[in-house]
Amino acid sequence: MSDSPLSSIVATPEQMLPGGWEMVVGLEVHVELATATKLFSGSPNRFGDEPNINIDPVTLGLPGALPVLNKKAVELAMRIGLALNCRIQKCIFHRKNYFYPDQPKAYQISQYDLPLNADGHLELPSGVVIGVERAHLEEDTGKSTHVGGATGRIHGSDYSLMDFNRAGVPLVEIVSRPDMRTSEQAREYVSELRSILEAIGASDAKMEEGSMRCDANVSVHKPGTPFGTRCEIKNVNSIRALGRAIDYEARRQIDIIDSGGVIRQETRHWDDAEGRTHTLRTKEDADDYRYFPEPDLVTVDPSQEWIEEVRAALPPLPAARRAMLHELTGYDARSEAVVVAVERGQHEYVKAVIDAGGDPVKALIYVTQAFAEAGASPAVPAADIAALTILERDNKLSATQAKTVLAEIVANGGGDAAAIAAAKGFEAMDTSAVEAMVDEAIAADPDAWAKYCAGEEKAAGAIVGRIMKASKGKADGKVVSAIMQSRRG
Amino acid sequence: MATIPTTASEIAAAVASGALTAREVLEAHLARIEEREADIHAFNLVTADAARAQADAIDADIAAGRPVGPLAGVPIAIKDNMCTHGIETTCSSKILEGWKPPYDATVVTRLRAAGAVMVGKTNLDEFAMGSSTENSAFGTTRNPLDTSRVPGGSSGGSAAAVAAGFSPVSLGSDTGGSIRQPAALCGVVGVKPTYGLVSRYGLVAYASSLDQIGPFATTVSDAALITEVIAGHDVMDSTSIPQEAPSLVGAVSEGVAGMRIGRVVDLPGGAEPEVSARLDAAFAALAAAGATIVDVTLPSLGYALTAYYLIAPAEASSNLARFDGVRYGLRVNAVDTNAMYGATRAAGFGDEVKRRIMLGTYALSAGYYDAYYGKALKVRRLIAQDFDKAYESVDTILMPTSPLVAFKFGEKADDPMSMYLCDIYTIPTNLAGHPAMSIPFGTGAHGLPVGIQVLAPALGEVAMFRVGGALEAAAGGAQ
Repeated sequence: MSDSPLSSIVATPEQMLPGGWEMVVGLEVHVELATATKLFSGSPNRFGDEPNINIDPVTLGLPGALPVLNKKAVELAMRIGLALNCRIQKCIFHRKNYFYPDQPKAYQISQYDLPLNADGHLELPSGVVIGVERAHLEEDTGKSTHVGGATGRIHGSDYSLMDFNRAGVPLVEIVSRPDMRTSEQAREYVSELRSILEAIGASDAKMEEGSMRCDANVSVHKPGTPFGTRCEIKNVNSIRALGRAIDYEARRQIDIIDSGGVIRQETRHWDDAEGRTHTLRTKEDADDYRYFPEPDLVTVDPSQEWIEEVRAALPPLPAARRAMLHELTGYDARSEAVVVAVERGQHEYVKAVIDAGGDPVKALIYVTQAFAEAGASPAVPAADIAALTILERDNKLSATQAKTVLAEIVANGGGDAAAIAAAKGFEAMDTSAVEAMVDEAIAADPDAWAKYCAGEEKAAGAIVGRIMKASKGKADGKVVSAIMQSRRG
Repeated sequence: MATIPTTASEIAAAVASGALTAREVLEAHLARIEEREADIHAFNLVTADAARAQADAIDADIAAGRPVGPLAGVPIAIKDNMCTHGIETTCSSKILEGWKPPYDATVVTRLRAAGAVMVGKTNLDEFAMGSSTENSAFGTTRNPLDTSRVPGGSSGGSAAAVAAGFSPVSLGSDTGGSIRQPAALCGVVGVKPTYGLVSRYGLVAYASSLDQIGPFATTVSDAALITEVIAGHDVMDSTSIPQEAPSLVGAVSEGVAGMRIGRVVDLPGGAEPEVSARLDAAFAALAAAGATIVDVTLPSLGYALTAYYLIAPAEASSNLARFDGVRYGLRVNAVDTNAMYGATRAAGFGDEVKRRIMLGTYALSAGYYDAYYGKALKVRRLIAQDFDKAYESVDTILMPTSPLVAFKFGEKADDPMSMYLCDIYTIPTNLAGHPAMSIPFGTGAHGLPVGIQVLAPALGEVAMFRVGGALEAAAGGAQ
């Protein structure tokens, strides 16, 4: 976190915490790169294999083995740097020395004072700009499983099992500046980062599989005063947990200060089940990593040509995709439907539905509603969805009927909307028939109608319910609503 | 049985032509080992059976008319810090006792491909840290020329193996003089090539930015031949220079007419008078052979030893951290993981290794880095600049290899500083990454051999071997 005592970024009144406190959050996000092989050896970089299959002398840190840098990993790291508006620079690797059983060489090859990517920023969908201090390359550790004992951690366990498949997998550590002032911004940052990483093919960025891991530096202070002492929160395994952990931690720190205590700089562990953090280690017992330049590797100095080549090959980033959906649908680029569609990578599919003649707004809404679990490319012909949006737009189907047809198309992996509607006996009612049904419903429940007319909007539900029941869902809700409003005057 | 030649090139020629079988050559060397090894202890392991199988395979190739490599049937001894597939590789340390690598070092692969027959793994100062081979966990090696004296180190076993005739050539590694100094003390030729010329893949690291593999031989020409075979780019070593192995054998007999040889006017003192006398004789011999002697100055040389004893231990403290009892080698069980690390390393490492790990850990610690490691790196750059400047006016530089001839066992073992001073003339080349070689050039005190060192700029091996060849010719005439 920056040493600058006074930050120019200040929370808005709504973002302030009770008692005039402001939280200050910086994030360190580790992402595993989607390379075929490891950062310094030819072993496969693959998740979920049988333990200790993807190993070799380099991975195991056998005596005499030497690292050789994977060029593809550098390229993917450069993509990340470019997507985050970083400066790509001549860089070297350092050794970070510490003993741990899952660290085969007892040092991690990482980058220290000369990272590959420096001084970037990320603009969130909400418009907030978060500084990115650096995004550097390093190798992952193996995975320890501690057997026996209550905590599942190394202390108190009976024995530990080591899986070195993950050892040497390329990571990029993306370090933000302490520019976030709410947990919502932190969640938005991670979410946007994940979309970017997926979009540029740098990582599958799955927090649940550990290919994206997030540590949060949290402190609190009063605006206009220097930053408070920070604590680093580890073991945050989902975006939701990140928000909870940050909120909890800020509250904890405020409680301590309010009751006259001081915050110790320490690393804390988030326990998602308990909903609290607890001390992992304090600054006093922090390791001295004895960083020094890795003598087994040479300087990496990406040529301007290579950088431009990588830049030119970058696909459109989420922000550009959101802008595209805005252009196509008129929906605000920050609206939930647009953000969700882009997060899921379904923007191209939405565009395909529109290109197939679909109604733009309905295309966006149908896709975001019907394909929550389908991934970037739903297995339904875009033309089938397009046809359905047209039927609804032209009032051939009510919204309710259209939803039913959509569900059937999705369940069958496609289908002719008109044929499905016909098979179900769906046809949109003409307006005069609906008007008659409205009158009948008013007559049947005068109390509800009186309340509705008096301005109690909820009371409309009883009337609408009667009409829908009478019409067996054929009446278009919007038409019903319009007639009711005009009757009310 | 025909007489077995003493040089690798003659053996290879005899085997390739069918005048001798690889097996005959091997058996003659195994017989010599059988005869004297108990006295010398050059080897941690003699791989007689594997060697016989290898020799027989070469003989079968020759019998069948298949092509063989340039070292067909040449016995070679390998320092026991280079990985050999399925063959114990210990670094003369208890912590690696019994460890069998699942892979060959690149140099071993290249030697096998060239037809060389590995006769065994040679003794060394533990993890190549020392100048006498007294730091081995498996006993000292004796100098074949006088068994009351050390063979030098750390590659003492490889130097003694060649001096005793156990193999015509051997491989050592040189971090601060560990090939050249024992070569000088045992009266054989030893070469440290340019950093990056020979792959380090499979060499158990002591100080990665200084380590370099090179040959021992009885002749300069054999040393050139082995260097040619093991040099050249290796994708497995990122610090390997991306170019092919140079042609060196031809340079040995080219002579030095017209070459400029540097004499360092501000050479740090401490050499025995007989050693200094041999250096003077070497200059005279080269001048007589047509070279010009030019005075040069290397003002930073006096700081080399200090810089080395920060940089090498710093890298070693990190390189040797992997010996933690978790995956291979010795493990001493204890109550928890941290205690296991401590117990394993306390039992597995010898005193000198522990001393250097502690020195290096200290030098890299927060708050000390700039004062120690950082400053040492600056001195390293100064030394390289000194050499660059000197090489503007000369092709090679001559200095002693070791200030002393072979000393007695125990003479320096209790005084690390006086032991470290043995490397005062060899260390600067490692810091600069340059090549250097030691040529036996007559004798000094007690009739023991004196080695003269030829230094050259990076990738200056051709010039170095020309001077080496000329010195060898002159020494032959003088003795």
